Amino acid sequence: MPKTKQPFVGKEKKFLEEGVYGDNFLVTSLDRILSWARLSSLWPMTFGLACCAIEMMATAASRYDLDRFGAGVMRPSPRQTDLMIVAGTVTIKMAERIKRLYDQMPEPKYVLSMGSCATSGGPYWQHGYHVLKGVDLIIPVDVYVTGCPPRPEALIDGVLKIQEKIKKESLIKRKMQERANV
Amino acid sequence: MNVHDKHKPLTWWEKTYLPQILAGLWLTAGHFFRNMSSHILRAFRINTKWAGSVTIQYPEFLRPFFPRLRTMHRLTRREDGTPRCVACMMCETVCPAKCIYIIATEKPDSPLIEKVPATFDIDLGLCIFCGYCVEACPEDAIRMDTGILEISNYTRNGMMLNMETMLALEPKHERYVKYDKNGKVVSEDTVMLRSGTD
Repeated sequence: MPKTKQPFVGKEKKFLEEGVYGDNFLVTSLDRILSWARLSSLWPMTFGLACCAIEMMATAASRYDLDRFGAGVMRPSPRQTDLMIVAGTVTIKMAERIKRLYDQMPEPKYVLSMGSCATSGGPYWQHGYHVLKGVDLIIPVDVYVTGCPPRPEALIDGVLKIQEKIKKESLIKRKMQERANV
Repeated sequence: MNVHDKHKPLTWWEKTYLPQILAGLWLTAGHFFRNMSSHILRAFRINTKWAGSVTIQYPEFLRPFFPRLRTMHRLTRREDGTPRCVACMMCETVCPAKCIYIIATEKPDSPLIEKVPATFDIDLGLCIFCGYCVEACPEDAIRMDTGILEISNYTRNGMMLNMETMLALEPKHERYVKYDKNGKVVSEDTVMLRSGTD
């Protein structure tokens, strides 16, 4: 008879509501180390669809180096990445593929929407029958970087914002929340 | 050079491919140590004759902008402090992305100027930074010379600019310094960015 995992409802609730383990310095230090490790080695999956891809290449090149922030390892496969940079116009034909690739990324994952087309459809929002008006209609986006295309400085600023967001996250709290919800 | 010389059979040493690997590594390592020493010496204010890497360390150092770069918008004021904009809607009409939203009101006690904008919103999430609004404006009321490039947010609606923000922004002045080959300053001038015009 397979042993089913019983939900530890009591412990997680205690943790989340009363913050019983919150003052423990071991937990907070562990959190900080984990967050630092995660934000300094963001592996992006660059989804270069249109002109923003050229600026993304320029950002990864030597003048504005993305590798200085740890995000230089651009993997083509979603299974090995934790940041998806949607760079360019999202057509409806491509949207199905984006959703599929987003589902293939392992948790914890982040999405950066680069350029006006990925943020809100850009100049095609009114008459573009083929354009998805913003990639956040299909996947949850963490940071929006605007521009047409955004300069490498702006894209680096967006990556820094994602790093700030990761800094504030707590993996241990997240795990406890998952266990509480089952 | 005989064309058949290229297809000489490889010696046993060359067949291991080690000489080619070592030659490539020699080249890369040469670049690496040259750049490293150039940066270290520059930290001690000794400028070497070969340049190190061209990376601009972005958050601490900025690249100097050229005068016609189009960046975040700002509204200009007249000498008496009122905004120059007369809510003629030319920028709103010409905008390709239709990201400018203006609501006009009457300007009281003014014989020559009839309208002022009550609200002037630009949705930067839609804006494509083309500069058409700057070209279309007959009053030189809107310009794109603030030099602010870092417009990013955690929410989609968080990038709306409103009139107070745009009136408070200042143009960016860029300082261009010319050096001769000994490192002495030849000429230096401070230029205001010229936004999207001409």
